[in-house]
Amino acid sequence: MLDKHLSSQFDADLNSVSGKLLEMGGLVESQVSMAMKAFAQLDADLANQVISREREVNDFEIMIDSACTELIARRQPTARDLRLVMAISKAITNLERAGDEADRIARRTKHIMEDSASHGINTAEIRLAGQMAVSLLRRSLDCFARLDTKVAAEVVSEDKQIDEEFRAFVRKLTSYMAEDPRTISVGLDMLSIAKAVERIGDHAKNIAEFVIYIVKGTDVRHIPHDELTKEANS
Amino acid sequence: MIEAINTNPVELKYALEVKNLNFFYGSFQGLKNINLNIAEKHVTAFIGPSGCGKSTLLRTLNRMYDLYPGQRAEGEINFYGKNILDPKQDLNLLRSRIGMIFQKPTPFPMSIYDNIAFGVKLYESLSRAEMDERVEWSLTKAALWGEVKDKLTQSGLSLSGGQQQRLCIARGVAVKPSILLLDEPTSALDPISTAKVEELVHELKKDYTIAIVTHNMQQAARVSDFTAYMYLGEMMEFGKTDELFIKPKRKETEDYITGRFG
Repeated sequence: MLDKHLSSQFDADLNSVSGKLLEMGGLVESQVSMAMKAFAQLDADLANQVISREREVNDFEIMIDSACTELIARRQPTARDLRLVMAISKAITNLERAGDEADRIARRTKHIMEDSASHGINTAEIRLAGQMAVSLLRRSLDCFARLDTKVAAEVVSEDKQIDEEFRAFVRKLTSYMAEDPRTISVGLDMLSIAKAVERIGDHAKNIAEFVIYIVKGTDVRHIPHDELTKEANS
Repeated sequence: MIEAINTNPVELKYALEVKNLNFFYGSFQGLKNINLNIAEKHVTAFIGPSGCGKSTLLRTLNRMYDLYPGQRAEGEINFYGKNILDPKQDLNLLRSRIGMIFQKPTPFPMSIYDNIAFGVKLYESLSRAEMDERVEWSLTKAALWGEVKDKLTQSGLSLSGGQQQRLCIARGVAVKPSILLLDEPTSALDPISTAKVEELVHELKKDYTIAIVTHNMQQAARVSDFTAYMYLGEMMEFGKTDELFIKPKRKETEDYITGRFG
């Protein structure tokens, strides 16, 4: 954080909780990235690793939430400090949900592998959207660490591309399933994975919006994008 | 001169309008060009580090400073349109309209009943029954009636610190003022008594306009509708309490309320 408090312990407490958020973010990013690799390569071992690490993500959420509660109880933070603590508390909820989505991708991947029917569905859009989601998540955490509102606005804007890939894949999947009903079972798993990727992008976007809230004090959720960019660059 | 950021909404009715107020302790200027409006039936808090002028400002609002030689105020303080800095202002009348409660409870060394009745007698001649009624009314207003109704003849000094402070508030309310000025009213009280006085402030603002000086920022956040941050005799920022504590407009305000000042 900028400037120091008169109480260095307060600084230490805030830094510690921010640091834990970034640590949790790193874990979730690696979960998503591994889940996507498991999906792309149909690797059951990787999928199992993701599933078994999901608990760590949940533990992080509980630990950080309790640290935030403790900070509020002990320090009664105000202004920017208050906004930071509130944003951290909300950001970890988004990270935990992104972790759940990685878990879902891993489980659905295993399900696809257990399904013996060959499908021939081209999953290029999902894989591309997956890479974008991992990169977006990383950048949302980067801009959180540096409180960079300019990058935050870019993250919000780029989430739209993931949504675009998701819609393109759904259109394609519909026609696959219409042509060959035997693809429906695997198609539903893929739809679930595509939706999970799209949701991860949304969580990254939410985290980026909290960065703008911390720095500018303006709640930019649900406002038109040009207004958000203006606020971020003001 | 720093231009204070002032976000006082326009639709409110103001009990006091302070314009270009300067205040001097001899040659030392304690307040520099203060402009602010105190909204009727709302609570306005003054915060800032020691020596910033917040108590000085409060004491100009009923000309308490007039008791001391060498202190003078320039500018205007309009109390419902009438400038109270006018030398022809009747000070006793003014202080009955704008009452003040101090940091340390200051009950008179007389009975609880007489503590209340004393001030009332200066301005009104009430029958015994009317006076009884007024004493009960003001002690009820100050949330003290239940605790003292059976010992009204006991000395005010026999009460606890928190009760004494509420007695002083009852005494201030008894003359039916328009404004109450509270100068650090809870800094000598324990947390329970503090909570009672804060609760009282919430109740009193239904009928009175209140200005409060406090060292305790959380207290300002809890009780006030508007907050003024002062520094070195200047008004740095004045606005709605919610906004000032979540999204202050000035970095100086932010540094002070987040504990980065120093």
